Amino acid sequence: MRIPISALVGMVFTGAFFLAAIFAPLIAPYGMAEIVGGVWDPASEAHWLGTDAIGRDLLSRMIYGGQTTIFVASAATVLSFTLGSVLGFSAAVAGGWTDQGLSRLVDLVMAIPALILALVVLSVLPVTLTVLILVMGLLDSTRVFRLARAVAVDITVMDYVEAARLRGEGWGWIIFREILPNALSPLVAELGLRFIFAVLFISTLSFLGLGVQPPLADWGGIVKENASGLVYGIPAALIPAFAIAALAISVNLVADWVLSRTTSLKGGRG
Amino acid sequence: MHPVLTLVVQRIALGLLLLFAVSAVIFLGVAALPGDTAQAILGQSATPQALANLRAEMGLDQPALTRYFNWLGGILTGDLGTSLSNRTDIATAIGQRLGNTLFLAAWAAVISVPLAILLGLVAARYNGRWPDKLISGVTLSTISLPEFVVGYLVLYFLAVKWQLFPSVAMVFPGMGIMERLNAVILPVIVLVLVVLAHMMRMTRAAILNVMQSAYIETAELKGLSPMRVIWRHAFPNAVAPVVNVVMLNLAYLVVGVVVVEVVFVYPGMGQYLVDHVAKRDLPVVQAVGLIFAAVYIGLNIMADVISILANPRLRHPK
Repeated sequence: MRIPISALVGMVFTGAFFLAAIFAPLIAPYGMAEIVGGVWDPASEAHWLGTDAIGRDLLSRMIYGGQTTIFVASAATVLSFTLGSVLGFSAAVAGGWTDQGLSRLVDLVMAIPALILALVVLSVLPVTLTVLILVMGLLDSTRVFRLARAVAVDITVMDYVEAARLRGEGWGWIIFREILPNALSPLVAELGLRFIFAVLFISTLSFLGLGVQPPLADWGGIVKENASGLVYGIPAALIPAFAIAALAISVNLVADWVLSRTTSLKGGRG
Repeated sequence: MHPVLTLVVQRIALGLLLLFAVSAVIFLGVAALPGDTAQAILGQSATPQALANLRAEMGLDQPALTRYFNWLGGILTGDLGTSLSNRTDIATAIGQRLGNTLFLAAWAAVISVPLAILLGLVAARYNGRWPDKLISGVTLSTISLPEFVVGYLVLYFLAVKWQLFPSVAMVFPGMGIMERLNAVILPVIVLVLVVLAHMMRMTRAAILNVMQSAYIETAELKGLSPMRVIWRHAFPNAVAPVVNVVMLNLAYLVVGVVVVEVVFVYPGMGQYLVDHVAKRDLPVVQAVGLIFAAVYIGLNIMADVISILANPRLRHPK
């Protein structure tokens, strides 16, 4: 199996981001909320990326921020995939009213822009990491539901599913043993895209001041904290912006490759 | 009745039904969430008596369904309620801001739609060659960036480094149209960049899809120039998907505008919404949220109606 160079680059960078997130306390040169210098010190030997709006080491903030952003986005993605695919498969297998009910409910939620709905919900609920993950995961599960249902509808009419039904297998067996293995590749390709969406979403919420709360660092929040410096020509706020872009692009590269591989499996053009 | 008309009426009726359901989600869904609005306003140390008084004043002691129909009735007659945080009438506060937001979104739409279609045509014409690769590469990277990042990149380079445009989009009543345009130029650029990529890519894909048809080959064999083939034969058949994508992206402007207004401190609906989410001012959040959702659904209905009208197979029933 030959891996194209773009996918390889994507994998290396994605891996690096995740490793940095996992081992953040070991890599970061300073503490997350430790004030170690002046306001917006330029990059130096001691502070590779300079310091932020209140004198914290920007590199350390970036590393810890990556940890929060990646953790929240991953947790939300896992939640949306588990919920969305199980419900989507169930809707396809059950058909009838269950399918109608779930599908119309999802249509309803998707008729409201996700950011607007999240803002409405967050104006009532306390803004904690758990609530953020739940809100993002639930909102995003609607998209996974649609994909999972669409894929599973094609699979449920296959003979082997019919055979399993006639054998008297339960729903659990049909969903996890018959449909899931055959629906896995499009779902895996979608996984990357949903993860990026979650990263962009949590960053946007934090940037608006309604996501991760200070002093906890996260990329969107770092942009917000340092945005006022831009007008004076201090580019500190652009650093997390580049990190978000780099993560999004590298995950995209991997997802593109997975997607093209799965379409070629189906006999489409690679 | 003409069958196309029936389809259009059906679609609009369905949209109105959806809007009604969405208003229920925004109001009743929020009411069902754990969390006590009165407690949130007064804080943890409030006495039970103060809480009870505030609940009675806000009507929170009534059942949720009664409050929902009161709220909905108010909105239909133009009364959006009163803000909790500063006790002002929401409808008057919104009036000015809605105009500002529409001004911004309208300019973004006017610039991005023709530009996206043009770039899509060019990319389809030079499919696989360098103009296509250049356009696709640039648009792929703008897709990967969140709106606020595009916003700050544009702000840093165009307003601070090269000092071409003002960095803060200040508009106030009584401003001339030229001054106003100059003030909003950066937010408009950002919104255009945000929606351009997706529209352009879908236009390109829709045209390339049509290009595989037999009649395109005929047109090519007739000796028409490639641009003429695309313009006269491929584009008319790709209009329905393109219009759909254009409308969906205009609907997406609704979301983009919220973030971009915060970046450029623009006094519009998005800024208003975000401020009041932070203040936990539920009536304002629900009213503004419903307006955003209504615009979004309205544009989606328009997309469907236009693609019904643009479909010649439906126009000439057997």
